[in-house]
Parts: sequence; structure tokens; C-alpha cells
Amino acid sequence: MIRLVTTAFVALGLSVGAAHAAGKAGKIVDFDFSFEGPFGTYDVNQLQRGLQVYTEICSACHGLEQVAFRTLGDSGGPELPEAQVRAYAEQFEVWDPTLFDGEGDFRPATPPDHFPGSNISNAPDLSLMAKARAGFHGPYGTGLAQFFNGMGGAEYIASLLAGYTGEEKEEAGTILYENTAFPGGWISMSPPLWGDDVEFIDGSPADIEALSQDVAAFLMWSAEPKMMARKQAGFTGVIMLTILAVLLYLTNKRLWAPVKRAAKQTPAE
Amino acid sequence: MAGIPHDHYEPKSGGEKWLHRRLPIVSLAYDTLMIPTPKNLNWMWIWGIVLTFCLALQIVTGIVLVMHYTPHVDMAFASIEHIMRNVNGGHMIRYLHMNGASLFFFAVYLHIFRGLYYGSYKEPREITWIIGIVILVLMMATAFMGYVLPWGQMSFWGATVITGLFGAIPFVGEPIQTWLLGGPAPDNATLTRFFSLHYLLPFVIAALVAVHIWAFHTTGNNNPTGVEVRRTSKEEAEKDTLPFWPYFVIKDLFALAVILAIFFAVVGFMPNYLGHPDNYIEANPLVTPAHIVPEWYLLPFYAILRAFTSDVWIVIAVNWLTGGIVDAKFFGVLAMFAAIAVMALAPWLDTSAVRSGKYRPQFKWWFWLLVVNFIVLMWAGAMEATDFIANVSLIGSAYWFGYFLVILPLLGVIEKPLEQPETIEDDFKAHYGKEKPAKAGIVDPTPAE
Repeated sequence: MIRLVTTAFVALGLSVGAAHAAGKAGKIVDFDFSFEGPFGTYDVNQLQRGLQVYTEICSACHGLEQVAFRTLGDSGGPELPEAQVRAYAEQFEVWDPTLFDGEGDFRPATPPDHFPGSNISNAPDLSLMAKARAGFHGPYGTGLAQFFNGMGGAEYIASLLAGYTGEEKEEAGTILYENTAFPGGWISMSPPLWGDDVEFIDGSPADIEALSQDVAAFLMWSAEPKMMARKQAGFTGVIMLTILAVLLYLTNKRLWAPVKRAAKQTPAE
Repeated sequence: MAGIPHDHYEPKSGGEKWLHRRLPIVSLAYDTLMIPTPKNLNWMWIWGIVLTFCLALQIVTGIVLVMHYTPHVDMAFASIEHIMRNVNGGHMIRYLHMNGASLFFFAVYLHIFRGLYYGSYKEPREITWIIGIVILVLMMATAFMGYVLPWGQMSFWGATVITGLFGAIPFVGEPIQTWLLGGPAPDNATLTRFFSLHYLLPFVIAALVAVHIWAFHTTGNNNPTGVEVRRTSKEEAEKDTLPFWPYFVIKDLFALAVILAIFFAVVGFMPNYLGHPDNYIEANPLVTPAHIVPEWYLLPFYAILRAFTSDVWIVIAVNWLTGGIVDAKFFGVLAMFAAIAVMALAPWLDTSAVRSGKYRPQFKWWFWLLVVNFIVLMWAGAMEATDFIANVSLIGSAYWFGYFLVILPLLGVIEKPLEQPETIEDDFKAHYGKEKPAKAGIVDPTPAE
């Protein structure tokens, strides 16, 4: 009975948390990303391609203000060489309040600087977007979908970018675009990808679906740059604690053996 | 420790005697650690250690987080990202703290249901029980305020909704809400005071935990049979008990290691599963999230809060009787706090002379229904408030109160309990002596099983 309730509690405790996000969810494709599951890692090439898509397309409107340029060179990330990180940062201008006798001025960015914020007010910053959205919900508020498939933030982004139907409508002076992944079905962001928007050095496919997944993977990294270190710490923790548990189990067994033996030898009256 | 007769610490060397005359601290540690503990405790008695560990974990990780966190509405969100990205091991410390709260509540609910099933709240352990409920309330307050600190969307709107509960109090509600928030709406004053209290309350909890332990070390532990340890002589007491060290320390540590292995898997592989994606969006007073929900551990009580809508007959009746002072909103707030308060009254509401649910055939069914009810309420609290969910919440709330206010008092009168074992020793032997006893006089050759 106790075991039963414990199991129920675990299942429930784990599931209800995920049951929160509700609303009319769109159609989310469960893409296979390399970083899924306990053993999943980022694909460096994909992150670099995603960075290119972000730079050439998304950054026109969106920002990435929580991310420092230097982290592009970190292991477990896009792993750009140092010179490339510096060259990449220089493309961007940042506001430096110390310049121009304390009045401030723009200057080319350096690796310790952060990416700029969004250029237009209704384009949200993308630093944490892959954690701020959940692609999977339910069923029936149980949270099982997220338990088995993950939160689905990257899937949400990729599905959204590839989810335009081509339909448009005007509402209160704003043009809305039909999108199968967006909750409610109509989004104010115009379709950003058309296929072959960028040219990859390694000749990787650049159709809408491939581009969407590449940039979604990059945004997963930008939201969770320490994912690989975290999973490694998870494994270290689980393995060490399992060994400790086995040792304690054996210690406990041995410790209690004489007590239990004594109980066996003199049964209850 | 009064109660169960056992050996006490005797200072032997000169140094020990010197210290003992001035500060009997070794004696205190010895008597605490060597306390006679019923030998038949089962695996539901491990949650105390898990909870102590959780409190220590939250305090230690929390103190480190404070070194890097900035309690200011313009900087709090970015300082969390600074911890996640730049602080050495910061992402692990923060995820441990975040999920540590979930482990804490998971353990405390199992601990409480253990107490409810085995009648641990009954005479003479009422004080232990009530302090426990006070600790639960403080945990809820601490967790809620901690959830506000990252200053994400759910932080902000959670703070708005929860402080709004106090606004529902007639006449004085609005000034109280303003006083709590430090202004008309959650702002910097709210964040800084929540931060201050979030740092303070864990130490209040730690002090209450010490009193909680003091109280049950005075009465002795309850045990699965609910039968008290024999206290007439030390010899008899020793047949029912074993010292806490090493027998229960090792057993509890084993259980803790297993639970922490699972905990580390959650932290390492799915640290955001129990959280809400909206809290990775910085707080914005102009944008209300589609669905505001508290963290999972507050959901059952949140469901009770929402259950009493203005079309429920009891709400209508109370509204009419009080001349409109108690409206549906205030009724819900009262119901939510009453749902916790009613637990504290369990020692006096339960009229059964039998302590453990093990020997109460009817009680068992009602108890397990209460557990299921708690889970259903948790689920209902997370769902959008449709008519169906409102009805489920109302039935769940009715059962919650019904269990404590009607079933517990009645069962003691109408139920025919089963026979209880005479002593803890008998129970222990009945459990381990089932197999054919080994031949007397021959040392059992089988190694430790």
C-alpha cells in the first residue's frame, strides 16, 4: 500500500508541474534533436549553422541580450575559435557609456560584450525563448507528454518557423499570418524563412525545415548553454549516489542481521 | 530525554567531566543520537531525515545564490541568468535549489500522510503535530516568496494573485494588501521584502524543526503499530527499541541516498520539468499570462481556494448570513487557510482509541480516499477553471473537510478496530519470525541476508 502511494505520488508530483501550460496549443512537430534525452549533446556544426541563420535573419529584429559573445567559443557551444569570436563580435555595435567623455557612444563589440537587444519593440528577445515556450502539453493535464518528450521548446520554435501556411489577414491595421504552430493560429511575425535564405559553407541543406531546426538548436543552446555540463553533473551525481546507496544497503543489511535473526529464533508467543 | 528508560551519557575522562559540569553539550548530542527508537519502524519513517537534508540543502544552496543575486526589479532576472551562465557551477546550484523545493514538499506531504495514517498526531504527540503544521505553512510562504525572486512572469503574476487573497478580507483587506506589497502593485518594494523574508524564514523553520524533534524525543517516536514502547524497566524498553545510532541513521541514510539519486536525475536531465516556462520571460506588468498557476506543491490548496464560487449554496448561505461581508472570494480564502488549520485539529477530531490505521479496517478506506482526493485536487488546481474543474474542486474540498470534521469523529465511535499486538517486540517478531525458526543453540550459519 505504501509503495503504491509512493509511486502514485512520484507520478503525480512529476506530472502535475508540467500540466500548467494550457491554452489552445498549435501543432508541434516532435523533431529529433541531438540534445534530447539524458545522453543528448549539442551538435557543434548545427549550432554554428543556427548561429549563421540567427545572424543573417533573426537578428534583423530580435535580440539575444543575455548571451555574451565570448560564450560562442565555449566548449559545449558553437565552439568558434577565438579569432572568429572576436571577428564575429566586431560586426555588432554596442553602446559604451564611458566613451566620448562620459557621454557615451557606440563602438564595435568585443567578446566580453553581450549581443544587442531586440531592434523592434514587438520582437521579443530570443535568449531564453527555447525555455520560455513549451511545445508539448497534457494529455488531460497529466504532463506525461513533457515527461517523455521533454518540454519541447526547441520543437516549438522549429515548428513555428516552418508552420506558415501562406494565408494572411488584416486585423485592426496589423497583418496577421496564419501559422499552424502558434497558439490561436495567427501570428504578427511575417514568415522569416523561405528556403535557401542562407548559404552554408559545408553545403548543408537550407530548406525551410532544415533552417528552422538549425536555428531552434542554436536557440536551445543560447537558453541553456551549460546543458552538457549539467547532464554530466547529473550522471556523476546519479552514479556516485547509486554506489553510496549500494554500500549503505549492504551496511544496513549487515547491521540489522543479528537483530532480525534474534527475532526469528524466538518467535512471537 | 524523559520517557523511555535508557543509558545516559557518563563523562569519564577528566576533560569530559570538566566540560560536562560547565556545558553538557556532549551529553545532549549523545542522548539525541542514542535515543531509543521503536525497532519496527518501516520505510515511511525515513522522511524526517530527507526533510532535514532538504532544509540544509536549501539553506546552503540559497546562501550561495544570494552571493550572486540582485534583488532589484531591473536586475533580478538578469542576475539569475548571470548565475546560470557565468558563475562557476551556478547552473547546478540554482537547479538544485529550484528542484530542492519540490523534493522538500514531496517529502513533507509523504511525512504528513504517514502521520495521518499511523495516528502520529494523537495523544501525547499533539504538539509535535501542530509544530509540523506550522512548519508546513512557513514552508509554503517561503517557497512562494522564493518563486517571486527570479522576477519572471509567473513570479510577478503569482505575487499579484496571492497577495490579492489578502485583499479579499472585508474592510481591511486593501490596506493589508498594500502593506504586504509595499505599494499598490508588486514592484521593487515587494521584491526586496520577499527577498528579506525568503532569507529569514528558513532559519525560523530550522528552529521549529529543532522544537519538533525535541517534542517527539520527549514522547518517543510513534511506530507502525501505534503501541507505545514499554517503559516500566530498561530491560523491557530495550526489547522494543534500538538506539537511533547506528540502526536508524544507517537505514535512513540508505533511503536518503536512493532518493537523492533520483533527485539528481531530475536535476541533471529535466530540471525545468516541474517549473513553468512563463517564468523564463521577464516580469511584465502589462502582459498577463494566459494561465496563472502556482507551483505544483501549492495546487491542492489553490484548488480549494477556487472551488467556492459564488453559485455554491454554502457560499450563498454564508454571504446572506453575514450580510454580504463574506463574499465568494473571501470565502475561498477562508476555506484555503481552514484546509490547513483543520489538519492541526486532527488530534482532537479523531475520537478513535486506536492509534495506528493498520488496526482500523474502515479508517483505511477513508484514508486512502483522502490521498486520492489530495492528488485529484492537485490536478484540478493546475487546470483552467471550467465548470467541470470547479465541480471536481468542490467535491474534493468537501471531502477534505468532511474527512477531518465528520469522518474522523464518527469513525472512532462506529468502527470496530482489529486486535493490536501487545508489544512492539511481538510485532517485530511476528514480522521477522514468520519463517521456520532456526534450531536453538546452533549459531545461524547463513550470512547477513
